[in-house]
Amino acid sequence: MSASVVMILTGVLVATACALPGVFLVLRRMAMMADAISHAILPGIVAGYFLAQGPSLPAGFAGASLAAIVTVALVEALQHTRRVGGESAIGIVFPAMFALGVLLVSKYFANVHLDTDAVLYGNIEFAAFDVWLVNDLNLGPRSLWVMGALCVINLLFVGLCFKELKLATFDPGLAAALGFSPVLIHYALMAVVSVTTVGAFTAVGAILVVAFMIAPAAAAYLLTDDLGRMIALAIGIGAASALSGWFVALALDASVAGAMATMSGLFFLLALFFSPSHGLVARARRLRRQRLRLALENLVVHLLNHEHQVSEAHEAEIAHLSSELRWSPRFARWIVAIAKRDQLVQQANGYLSLTAAGRDLARQAAASRDREG
Amino acid sequence: MELLRDWLFDYTLRNVALGSALLGVVSGALGCFAVLRRQGLLGDVLAHAALPGICIAYLLTNAKTPIVLLLGAAAAGWVAALLMMQIVRHTRIGEDGALGIVLSTFFAFGIVLLTFITKRGDADHSGLDAFLFGQAAALVEEDVVTMAVLGGFALLAVALFYKEFKLLAFDAPFAASLGFDTNALGVLLTSLIVIAVVIGLQTVGVVLMAALLVGPAVAARQWTSRLSAMIVLSALFGALAGLIGTLISVSDESLPTGPMIILSLTGIVLLSLCLAPERGLVWDAMRRALQRRMIKAED
Amino acid sequence: MHPVPPILPASAAPIEINDLTVAYRDAPVLQDIDLTIPEGKLAAIIGPNGAGKSTLIKAILGLVPIVAGSVRIYGRPYAEQRRLVGYVPQRSSVDWDFPTTALDVVMMGTYGRLGWIRRPGKTERDFAMHCLDRVGMARYADRQIGQLSGGQQQRVFLARALAQDARIYLMDEPFNGVDAVTERAIVTLLQALQQQGKTVVCVHHDLDSAPEYFDWVALLNVRLVASGPLDATFTADNLHRTYGGALKAAIEHLRRFEHERDRLPTDAAMETAGLRADRDANNS
Repeated sequence: MSASVVMILTGVLVATACALPGVFLVLRRMAMMADAISHAILPGIVAGYFLAQGPSLPAGFAGASLAAIVTVALVEALQHTRRVGGESAIGIVFPAMFALGVLLVSKYFANVHLDTDAVLYGNIEFAAFDVWLVNDLNLGPRSLWVMGALCVINLLFVGLCFKELKLATFDPGLAAALGFSPVLIHYALMAVVSVTTVGAFTAVGAILVVAFMIAPAAAAYLLTDDLGRMIALAIGIGAASALSGWFVALALDASVAGAMATMSGLFFLLALFFSPSHGLVARARRLRRQRLRLALENLVVHLLNHEHQVSEAHEAEIAHLSSELRWSPRFARWIVAIAKRDQLVQQANGYLSLTAAGRDLARQAAASRDREG
Repeated sequence: MELLRDWLFDYTLRNVALGSALLGVVSGALGCFAVLRRQGLLGDVLAHAALPGICIAYLLTNAKTPIVLLLGAAAAGWVAALLMMQIVRHTRIGEDGALGIVLSTFFAFGIVLLTFITKRGDADHSGLDAFLFGQAAALVEEDVVTMAVLGGFALLAVALFYKEFKLLAFDAPFAASLGFDTNALGVLLTSLIVIAVVIGLQTVGVVLMAALLVGPAVAARQWTSRLSAMIVLSALFGALAGLIGTLISVSDESLPTGPMIILSLTGIVLLSLCLAPERGLVWDAMRRALQRRMIKAED
Repeated sequence: MHPVPPILPASAAPIEINDLTVAYRDAPVLQDIDLTIPEGKLAAIIGPNGAGKSTLIKAILGLVPIVAGSVRIYGRPYAEQRRLVGYVPQRSSVDWDFPTTALDVVMMGTYGRLGWIRRPGKTERDFAMHCLDRVGMARYADRQIGQLSGGQQQRVFLARALAQDARIYLMDEPFNGVDAVTERAIVTLLQALQQQGKTVVCVHHDLDSAPEYFDWVALLNVRLVASGPLDATFTADNLHRTYGGALKAAIEHLRRFEHERDRLPTDAAMETAGLRADRDANNS
């Protein structure tokens, strides 16, 4: 397998493994716990390195998982004291853990190669060269095995506990009443996040793993209202980020993991602006349409109310509209122009009157207002 | 004694100590408002988001002048804050989600740029990755002066707008109903926090900056229930952590300054949480134990 | 205490709302509201949860964006008349662990008059103290606000509104989760304000006490169902139209959740309670 294929595959597997718990982090508004955990596992990894007298995957996993659990417990203990706000508790715990990790590295491993930069943004470039040897048998790149296993574990977790996760996320009260402990589900999710972070850590580092967990899930959240579809979309967006990121990195000769995470941010931006249901553009257009419809209704109802009054001529004057309906003159001109285009009103010598269609709309609007009001 | 003499006369040491203490004062004071507005992690995000700004500033000017790089960092932090606000205000993604996305993807972009610069073969790139972990030991007098000017400006703004910031942090809708422009106030406060972050990047780096904004404020809150006292105390705690961290790392060459500052700060936070009068957890536990014993005695 | 007196034409009503529509994420929260509240009334805004009661108050204060329509305070936009309006937000809307004292919070009521940068001085402090005294809280002036009971906190909020020295008072659920003593104190205060010729508008959800406390009501459920003097407006027919067929169920729910809320005074609990009441009301 060529190095490029290994890198892309690793990226796709990281994206998949991260997106699964990431969806629930976003929905449960706990995204920053991923950030905290990803930083806080550093002392655990160092401790694993220390105990195993060198780089060892099982020791690293054990140490990092332990550190992650300690972090989650510490954050919750701090929040529980009610002396510290939720996000402040996170802001105290993870820098302390990270500082401890950096301290251990510089104190005891200054001469060993434990690259601190790689801690932050990983070393996916070496994925192909780090092969798994069992009794001199070359089983291929280790990262593929690790991330593949994590994907399977996470898929199993989400697949088997889908109902429970869904319930505990959207209605914790009901979940508790039905006998699914929200606390248990919370810790199970935290455990999955921790293990995934540890696994992805060597490939993409502490901070980029946060991007893989949060950005695709958040983008998917803007695109669909269905949980199952949201998970599928998050995985798809994550994989697309990994693939496109690799090409960007190739073109710029820059960090592969960084480019992949950047692409996930770009995909999020696209969803943020152009999602047909929740995007900023669609939202602005809906709001504009709503405003326009209301204004048109107001205009024709106003004209209808004054249709057979002596003052009709005066009431219908455009300049007068702006003061009567409290519109700015510009807005009034714009609404009248649209009403004319839609043939709701007609204008003669600066005076407005309703067309047949306009009168119908006005009667409908007035009737619905009376009925509902 | 010798240590003290070193302190006063050693040029490097004086700069490092002064710089760290200054950073502690500025981030301590501003951190109070961030923590009280439940935006404790804003500093974390701004610090990470600064990285692409630093890289772009370098790519544009090809200069490693601190002030240019810091301007880049400030601009990027500003864009990040703005984007976060848009996400929270106009979508259903929660505040934490917005923080997480902006933090991680801005940082990722920064990493792309950083590796791009490095591999371009510039010999002169080394100053840039110092921002990741901070390089307190490399602070020179010029840096300290820059920090003092920027920090002084931020503190002056806090003094001027103390009343408005307090109202904003306590009850923003009420502030708006009185006619204060809460959006403008929020932007101003965020900009001041950007200044604190930018000062901190050189000293403690991207990752540890979060603690410098949150820690002193949380510690100070345990000792007092007045905002004005909390701000002063928080600034003092920040400075103290800076000084202790510097001192420890000077006593042992292998101990890096940034992490030592953060660990000293964590110590101050833990002591305050446990031992502060009234709010201290130790007193709480003792009161409870006493109550239990009294109930037992009654039985 | 009155720099630049805002305009107070005798002809214009304190609050006049025309065709007001407010939407939250596309869904209308308030639709086509036409409401005029006359001078010197003790008015209640009544309706089920999710009816847009708080939103209406916030729209008057310019705190939420308006899709269409207008709000006038004595005939002019709110921005020009804000000195005439005092505001009491929901007690749960702020963090009571905030490091500040009762007197400090009340002094915030004077910030609007002070404007930017100027600090409160002795005049403001004395006036704030006087306002605290009016709600019977002078003894607690130096207490940290987190150490006050729920009722005392509510009274501090009322004192802060008094410190605004306004003509119109907008209050969001002032009776929510307070003890009987505070409830009496608030009623007395509202009546005193009315006697001074001020107009008071309260969001209120307790149908039992409404006729006792208020003399003017607006019944709201996204649209305005009815408004006017208590006797003519607070009728079974109108209430039925406001709450739909679920009036009885709604009242029971409100009671039950009020009860729960007193035990669990967290925002989350209120949120859940509100949502459930809405859902149940819709289902039945």
